[in-house]
Amino acid sequence: MHPAYSVILFTTASGAGYGLLALLSLVGISHGEASSLAFGLTAMVVALGLITIGLLSSTFHLGHPERAWRAFSQWRSSWLSREGVAAVITYLPAVVFGAVWSGLIAAPALIAPLAVVTAVMAMITVLCTAKIYSTLKTIRSWHNPWTVWVYISFALATGAVILAAITAVFGNFPAFLVYFSSVLMALAGIIVLLYWRSIDAAPRDLTMGDATGLGRLGTVSQWEQPHSAPNYIQKEMGYVVARKHAAQLRRLVIVALVLAILLMLSALAVPVAALLAMALALFAAVVQRWLFFAEAQHVSSLFYGAQAA
Amino acid sequence: MTSLPPPSAKKLGLVIDLDTCVGCQACTTSCKEWNTQGYSGPLTDTNPYGSDPSGVWLNRVHGYEVMEEGQAQSRIVNFPRSCLHCEEPACVTVCPTGASYKRAEDGIVLVNPETCIGCKLCSWACPYGAREYDQSQGVMKKCTLCVDRIYNENFEPEDRQPACVKACPTGARHFGDLGDETSKVSQLVAERGGYDLLPEMGYKPVNKYLPPRARRDATNTRAEALPRPDGSAFDRLFQWADKVLSPRKASARANEPDHSGKLEG
Ligand code: SF4
Ligand code: SF4
Ligand code: SF4
Repeated sequence: MHPAYSVILFTTASGAGYGLLALLSLVGISHGEASSLAFGLTAMVVALGLITIGLLSSTFHLGHPERAWRAFSQWRSSWLSREGVAAVITYLPAVVFGAVWSGLIAAPALIAPLAVVTAVMAMITVLCTAKIYSTLKTIRSWHNPWTVWVYISFALATGAVILAAITAVFGNFPAFLVYFSSVLMALAGIIVLLYWRSIDAAPRDLTMGDATGLGRLGTVSQWEQPHSAPNYIQKEMGYVVARKHAAQLRRLVIVALVLAILLMLSALAVPVAALLAMALALFAAVVQRWLFFAEAQHVSSLFYGAQAA
Repeated sequence: MTSLPPPSAKKLGLVIDLDTCVGCQACTTSCKEWNTQGYSGPLTDTNPYGSDPSGVWLNRVHGYEVMEEGQAQSRIVNFPRSCLHCEEPACVTVCPTGASYKRAEDGIVLVNPETCIGCKLCSWACPYGAREYDQSQGVMKKCTLCVDRIYNENFEPEDRQPACVKACPTGARHFGDLGDETSKVSQLVAERGGYDLLPEMGYKPVNKYLPPRARRDATNTRAEALPRPDGSAFDRLFQWADKVLSPRKASARANEPDHSGKLEG
């Protein structure tokens, strides 16, 4: 599948934002009010900012952004619609939670209930995003039980490093957060490795003969393309990154995550290292997301000459 | 609504005969011509006469080479591909806006160009590559089964058929109700072993494909079909008539148009 930058930016930015939002809610539940108004507001602005940037970038890549409101209507059948609805609903508890938790509005009793709703809604939104992909039967590498876990684990891992980086900047950097974000990054790395193993092991058992039904006669190969220049289907669905290139990029994701963990651990001594860890973890998430698209083969590519899908 | 309607009794669709399709592209061009001004129009082309043309077409005709067991020569199968108006199309259920829908009354799958936001998700959900995004219009385009022809009362009844069906010079495209077992198209499917594309995807396409017929062995079937001369009086009469009536070579050439490219006079 063609890796569109708007979609990669959207899913990584909003994923990190929702991960951060969910973790801030946990902080609210365990610690009560934020340590300072400035820290609380900054953390909330970063979380909601990432979410908003992601949502806007996904809206701008539409053919008709001005009609985007229509996408809230089909939540009964469409995961994309559910994602839109969940994303908008999440703003409500999130904004109120942010105001109460940061201390803008004094109502400490409300922190815990608001935090629970916010965290649950944030995770539901990430789940909806993942479901858009994992329910597509046409793309074998997405229609995989690990897809959902990849999205959730990367959202939480990137959210956790961002939280660590913000606390490092504000000088209230707890050692717990170092270990917590390191564990989440390690988990994300392990889950994405399992995901890759699973998609590599899945048999690509559909052929051009199956797609055309001509396999019943004999061995099928492409003789003539239906058109002289590539069409939308070939440009959108026909993109598949070379295996060798993909293997290098997969290693890059894992190396970046390992380095991010090491840097995070070294932040125990030098807190600013948490910022570098954050940059590396986000980089790993972007490369992983790029691969998620670039390695995905659409079944319709069989009509255009792919041997198996 | 992108939730699917309850299955309709009427299932309008196409039956495409892979045995007789000659790959002439008449169906694709007539489809384009009708639909660029119809329900889904315009079907924009960009840079149509340049080196990198691209454009929206609702029907594409592929050419495949099939090597059969025990045959010395491969055969070419021309393969038209367009929306199959599936009974359980995820292209409809994934649509967030309700723009992509399946008609309850006849099963035709359409995109409403007024409400489509151009998110492209439906094209990802189609296993058959049947939906093409129109960059210039910002909406998704697909075969409408010529919904604006088949019920069009301004047309003579025989013209109330999809443009591609009307255009096909070999009669390789048949339109009708595949929900009705007694219809001509259903009978054709039953007779010829019409099949679904990618049934394993579970979309239950309405359109069916008729497989190419078993091939005759080109080296002897034809010769056997021709009567052999047996030296009878009739044979000799025909041979004589043949000789007398055949134009002599020189005069035959004089009657042919001149292809040498020279202008006379
Ligand atoms: S062929 Fe594709 S576009 Fe047409 S109904 Fe089936 S899934 Fe939808
Ligand atoms: S491109 Fe249009 S028709 Fe297709 S899913 Fe998006 S809104 Fe629906
Ligand atoms: S018009 Fe008929 S013969 Fe020509 S390509 Fe289309 S289906 Fe085949």
